[in-house]
Amino acid sequence: MKTLAARAVALALACLPLAAVADTVTVVTSFPKELTAAYKKAYEAKYPNDKLEILNKNTAAGIAYVREQAAGSRPEVFWASAPDAFEVLSGAKLLQKIGPGNPAIPAKVGNYPVNDPEGYYRGQALAGYGLMWNTRYLKANNLPEPREWADLVKPVYFGHLAISSPSRSGTTHLTVETILQGEGWNTGWEHLLAICANSAAITERSFGVPDGVSNGQFGIGLVIDFFGLAAKNSGMPVEFVYPSQTAIVPANIALVDGAKSSEGGKRFIEFTLSEEGQTLLLDPKISRLPVLPSIYAKAPAGYPNPFGGTIQAKVNFDSTLSESRYYVVVSLFDQMVTFRHKELAAAAKALYDAEKRLGGKKSAALDEARKLAFSPVIDEKQASDKALLALFKAKKTDADASKAKAKVEEEWAAKAKANYARAVELASGAK
Amino acid sequence: MRTSPSLAAVALAIAAFLVAFLVIPVATVVYTAFSDGQGGFTLAHFAAFSGISLMRESFANSLYVAGVTVGLATVIAVPLAYLTVRFQFRGAVLIQTLGVLPLVMPAFVGAAAMQMLFGRSGSVNLVLRDAFGFTLPLMEGLNGVIFVETLHYFPFILLNLSASLANIDSSMEEAAQNLGASGWRLFRKVVFPLAMPGYVAGASLVFIKVFDDLGTPLVLNVTNMLAPQAYLRVTSIGLEDPIGYVICVILVAFSVGAMGGSWWFVKRRDYALVSRGGVQAPRRTLTPWQSLLAYGWIAAMLLLVLSPHLGILLMSLSKVWSFTVLPEQLTFAHYATVFTDAKQMIWNTFLYCGLAALLDVAIGTAIAYIVLRTAIPGRQLLDHLVTVALAMPGLVLGIGYLRTFKGIDLPFGGGALTASWLIFVLAYSVRRLPYALRSCMAALTQVHPALEEAAENVGAGRWSTIRRVVVPLMMGGILAGFVTSFITAAAEISETILLTSRESLAPMSYGIYLYFQSVLGRGPGAALGVIAVSLVAVGTYLSHRLVAAGSPHQSPGGRA
Repeated sequence: MKTLAARAVALALACLPLAAVADTVTVVTSFPKELTAAYKKAYEAKYPNDKLEILNKNTAAGIAYVREQAAGSRPEVFWASAPDAFEVLSGAKLLQKIGPGNPAIPAKVGNYPVNDPEGYYRGQALAGYGLMWNTRYLKANNLPEPREWADLVKPVYFGHLAISSPSRSGTTHLTVETILQGEGWNTGWEHLLAICANSAAITERSFGVPDGVSNGQFGIGLVIDFFGLAAKNSGMPVEFVYPSQTAIVPANIALVDGAKSSEGGKRFIEFTLSEEGQTLLLDPKISRLPVLPSIYAKAPAGYPNPFGGTIQAKVNFDSTLSESRYYVVVSLFDQMVTFRHKELAAAAKALYDAEKRLGGKKSAALDEARKLAFSPVIDEKQASDKALLALFKAKKTDADASKAKAKVEEEWAAKAKANYARAVELASGAK
Repeated sequence: MRTSPSLAAVALAIAAFLVAFLVIPVATVVYTAFSDGQGGFTLAHFAAFSGISLMRESFANSLYVAGVTVGLATVIAVPLAYLTVRFQFRGAVLIQTLGVLPLVMPAFVGAAAMQMLFGRSGSVNLVLRDAFGFTLPLMEGLNGVIFVETLHYFPFILLNLSASLANIDSSMEEAAQNLGASGWRLFRKVVFPLAMPGYVAGASLVFIKVFDDLGTPLVLNVTNMLAPQAYLRVTSIGLEDPIGYVICVILVAFSVGAMGGSWWFVKRRDYALVSRGGVQAPRRTLTPWQSLLAYGWIAAMLLLVLSPHLGILLMSLSKVWSFTVLPEQLTFAHYATVFTDAKQMIWNTFLYCGLAALLDVAIGTAIAYIVLRTAIPGRQLLDHLVTVALAMPGLVLGIGYLRTFKGIDLPFGGGALTASWLIFVLAYSVRRLPYALRSCMAALTQVHPALEEAAENVGAGRWSTIRRVVVPLMMGGILAGFVTSFITAAAEISETILLTSRESLAPMSYGIYLYFQSVLGRGPGAALGVIAVSLVAVGTYLSHRLVAAGSPHQSPGGRA
């Protein structure tokens, strides 16, 4: 017994996951396992002395993780979709300048710089935002296929859509910003609120939307392109379309400052931008848009090409604006939608019922109800107020600021709730 | 009853282990929740918590979900328990199966499958919509959590209630029958009140488990409950966020309260019967109608209980399963993916859970021996400390570990403790220790001290008596404890999600969770789930066999 136990312990010790082989490159990423597994395999095949460690975290948790690690034990690479996340990191002095990489990569896509002008991060793939739907679901429910964001506000889609919350998903935040920038603050929110009201669920992570659409729980979802394209290219009964008000934004990769092995980190970043690393993006299970234009020649027919004009990106995404009001937009969305989804949906339901009942007749009460249900609780001017923006950016440890912030949030929540309740009242009383 | 210095040293070492890895982390969490950052006491964080409407809502939702789950689990479990114990009934084996099947499948794994079967466009609702034009919102929001948890946890009530029903002296029932009570009245006025201790123990356990569960709400996309909120606060805002700790304190308070409450409830009233055991109540026979009803109920429950198992198997084998009742094309590709990409995770599970279970039975055996065979002062304290571990939510312990051991490095350049694989072994072993300890205690109780005395009489020293006589005689119980610790640790998710800092360190349970986070990962995630479930199933079978073989006087299946 004793020898058996001793042998078991010895065997266990021999097989322990050893920490340091040669260079361990730790990558914090929000990307799914299909993608990270492919890069890990290819990278470790090319650099057998390196070991790639993946830390899968959603963008917000990834930022918190990098922040909390002491210099010297930080991960080497941060790799995610949302450019804001990189702005937050470089603002906190957590990134190391790497400058421009592969010269074959164009400086701009549309008007948007591919790499960070200050050299803190680089674009590694391109991403557009769009609509993904389950063809079987739409057919079974007799729903028309959507083309534009604005299509989704129609009553027929009530209870059939899905969207994630920007506070939990960086890519959803980009979608929300894209709509707000493309359509303006008021129209943007009006559409967003109506879309959210039509949603069956506000999902916890951005993947919840494509997942639900793929397996038929939801009809249509607002997603980042690769979710839709990967599902479609892997045989799921789904379709994906870029609406005209979309933006093409790079998904970025950056070298974290204060990591153990910056050289290894740099090596991995160069690998992801090389011909080899870029080609991996075309894998049907990954289906992302390379930043290296020459790769598109290898892509299958019908593969969207942002350099070839197959995607009309009308919105010139302003990442400075997006970053400046990040916390305000995120919190507004949560207070008006995420936490009040039931009430918002009830307001929309009451509106649609009233519209049906009135049969197209004009009604002041109904217009008022619609306005109450689908208007943001603060206007663009209030949202760009310096004091407000500063309040939301204050440190978490600043007790007074967080108290004041909580108060503002409660006000928004209370106002939204009251608006939705009043909208239900007005709509059900509309004659 | 003797005391030897070396045994006292062992007791001290165990106490130190428990203090370091159970008491201090939990105390740190509680301290942080009440600390103003400068070492002073404050209730400001609790005030902030109650000022956030989302938190109030989460609190209410957690209470609601746990309460309704207990209610529904009662509805399922009580008839089943009553049937097995009181009636001449051939379905008893089926009911025993019903009591074990759900426990084999971790709730969060089953949750994904339940979505495919009972979700908005799940198999059941597609059939209902086609046939009757309506659907059931079984998996919408909190309903989904309640549904999944009820099916997973009702066995706790079933097992405890069956055990306590079996202990009721038949003369009580006969007396009641002589006085004219029968049927529902007999059950309500006499049988159920007498079986109350078992019911309360089971129900409070269900309440705690549901209240603390993190994996199921996360997989089902439900975040407006306490445990997910604590997790989200701590991971996305950071370890400094006090609200996360406030939630932890609430979770601990409810856990301790529910366990203490059930203990108090049983103590408060005298449930002892003058005579018990021996005279088993004569089993009544069912009328044909009753039989039909009983078999119908059992069949329905069996179908429900099997659905996550079946669902996960189908998911793991399906290429495309979208908006159809059953998947269309079958494939083994997901298993291939798992065996190439997730080998490390499978190995990690064996490593962590094996070492944790080894540690558990070693400590469990030592504590059992110290408590039952020595007179070391304060020895009962060890037993009580371990029982405390039973009431500690994994989430709280996980957050406590991250906070307490932050910045502590392993010797010899092993890196940070919280980023190493050791942290899993420690966390699993502390939380699974109560299971192992119960097994070891039971095993040692059955070893007569005369055997040890005999060994010492023929000249064996204390240590060789322990090694050559006590431990071999306890072996059945020790092995059962090992297996129980192992399989429950393998299915653990709350601590695992928090403590996993790198993918290469992740055990299978995290792997399943991670795969479930992407559209195309559902298949491989389910495949890994099937592997985990098979592992747990084999383990459960083994532990039942071991308990049955080790103690011929005890009936198997009383563990909860």
